[in-house]
Amino acid sequence: MSRIADTFAKTKKENRAALIAFITAGDPTPDATPRLLDSLVDNGVDIIELGMPFSDPMADGPAIQKANLRALAAKTNYGDIFKIATEFRKRHPETPLILMGYANPMTFKGSDSFSKSAEEAGVDGVICVDIPPEEDASLGVAIRDKGLDMIRLATPTSDEARLKVILNGASGFLYYVSVAGVTGLQQATEASIDSALDRIKAVTDLPVAVGFGIRSPEQAAAVAKKADGVVVGSAFVACIENAVTHNQDPNAALEKLAKELSSAISHARKEIRV
Amino acid sequence: MKQSNSVLPNSLRAQPDAGGHFGTFGGQYVPETLMPIILELNEEYRRALKDPSFIAERDDLLEHYVGRPSPLYFAPRLTEAWGGAKVYLKREDLNHTGAHKINNCIGQVLLAKRMGKTRVIAETGAGQHGVATATVAARFGLSCTVFMGELDTERQQPNVFRMKLLGAEVRPVKAGSRTLKDAMNEALRDWVAHIDDTFYILGTAAGPHPYPEMVRDFQSVIGREAREQIQKAENRLPDLLIAAVGGGSNAMGLFHPFLDDTDVAMIGVEAAGEGMETGRHAASLTGGAPGIVHGNRTYLLYDENGQIKDAHSISAGLDYPGIGPEHSWLKDIKRVRYETITDNEALAAFQQLCELEGIIPALESSHALAEAAKIAPTMDKDKIIIVNLSGRGDKDIYTVANHLGVKL
Repeated sequence: MSRIADTFAKTKKENRAALIAFITAGDPTPDATPRLLDSLVDNGVDIIELGMPFSDPMADGPAIQKANLRALAAKTNYGDIFKIATEFRKRHPETPLILMGYANPMTFKGSDSFSKSAEEAGVDGVICVDIPPEEDASLGVAIRDKGLDMIRLATPTSDEARLKVILNGASGFLYYVSVAGVTGLQQATEASIDSALDRIKAVTDLPVAVGFGIRSPEQAAAVAKKADGVVVGSAFVACIENAVTHNQDPNAALEKLAKELSSAISHARKEIRV
Repeated sequence: MKQSNSVLPNSLRAQPDAGGHFGTFGGQYVPETLMPIILELNEEYRRALKDPSFIAERDDLLEHYVGRPSPLYFAPRLTEAWGGAKVYLKREDLNHTGAHKINNCIGQVLLAKRMGKTRVIAETGAGQHGVATATVAARFGLSCTVFMGELDTERQQPNVFRMKLLGAEVRPVKAGSRTLKDAMNEALRDWVAHIDDTFYILGTAAGPHPYPEMVRDFQSVIGREAREQIQKAENRLPDLLIAAVGGGSNAMGLFHPFLDDTDVAMIGVEAAGEGMETGRHAASLTGGAPGIVHGNRTYLLYDENGQIKDAHSISAGLDYPGIGPEHSWLKDIKRVRYETITDNEALAAFQQLCELEGIIPALESSHALAEAAKIAPTMDKDKIIIVNLSGRGDKDIYTVANHLGVKL
């Protein structure tokens, strides 16, 4: 089994959702990223989504846009990302690592070259924001050829017919983008997430992770009652931004948030509902 | 000799495929949230094309509101000065709002109406597409938000005010290089968050399918008219078509109806900015490589890490690091030749047209004129060139004055 499947099997056994954390590679510098990833993993994060910085992050809100700019200002390059991944894999043999980003940085050297580098670096899966199933040939084929997961996104605009298209070729887990919008701004209501999860679970056995707009332990716990995974991105990235602005070490804030989210998610299904 | 509407399978006018691919270019590279809406738009567009009332309403607006057909004007003094081929100008500058952009906006606003949308959004560089969008939004009583790079709002202030007069909200975009590409990112972000009530009126023949095809089709009125007009004037087809390419919609509009006429040569003119050798240019076909951004695979300017580079041109309308995917295909199959013109060459052509023909051209169109100035003298006097005068230059007088060291 893959690391991703193993992780979801483990969290299911523990009757909890997996905590999935996103940060951007190279934010605030390529040298700082490994320690930040350790802070996440050591404090309860189950799966890492490592963002590949891009000049034109058109699906991201202000927090992650700025993270991309900080990473690029620090001259984070293509090689740095795979170096970070390779070293992460040595330190954390079991934690799934997913590369998340946009089509051009993933495909400009050719999809075979990218998927080979990803496999060699010990990456488990790829999420590409702007390659929908219609353009799968540009990346998905090469990713699956290497035995990696091509993780697809479903959204509030995905009806039943669309879900079928999305799931064809999807593996690892399904990432449910809970709001029609950019990252980090509004949050969907618990009711709308619940009904979406019902619709999706009716048509797939893949684990379903929910993301976009989940910032606080309370929000995470609410989502974690039903979802197989909870993705938190902008809130972690905001910790980094805040620390950089005040010239502080971002690790302390990251550790604190990871701990709180992890604890909230662990207890989410054990609370007695009144 | 009227061109048949049927397109043969081996015709160069038969692109794209059902998924919006022109060869290996084009496609639908958008976030999943947008997929259902662009698939719906594609279906609605096909339905509209088969609906005689849609076509009739569009054509009526083009005639009585835009002022079509635009003249095909023989430029006698320019022809004499260049001393070679006869030069005709397709006068898109005479359209309502002063550029070709309105042709596309009319088509798209009618689609927005068909789809029951109450709000339109647009990106704009020079402001011409923003003005055209604000115009059709006013005409049809729709709410309108235009995204414009902050740098462009500074260098195109008259157009910002025009849009506001027309009732549009202009949102200056402070991200990235603060130009057209950033405006496009912001428009896409807005669209993702407002898919229920909002129609994105994309301004050029680029972006996700069906936009490149749809915008080209709406702009093809330029080429269809030019084809009829030149046959009336000269009783034959032209030898050469020249048009500036930023995103490439005015060029696609002129070229497309002639693509199967193998005797008609075509040149698309990219902005070389301060010179190709300086790296400060906007010539994605000449100086870029295939890549993916803003919904399509096409030639792009990007660095050794796949990051999109800033484009540079004196003309805000050409200041974009990408190009419509059909141009990428036409370049690779060698049907169209692509050349580059610097800021200074464009400025010289701008002044020459003012002085010799009494027409103030847009800086975008001045790039096409500058290329014509190079090539016309090398052609025989019985040859015919049509230059697409895609817009008028009133919006550019501050930029030009600045470059000439004149204070207004």
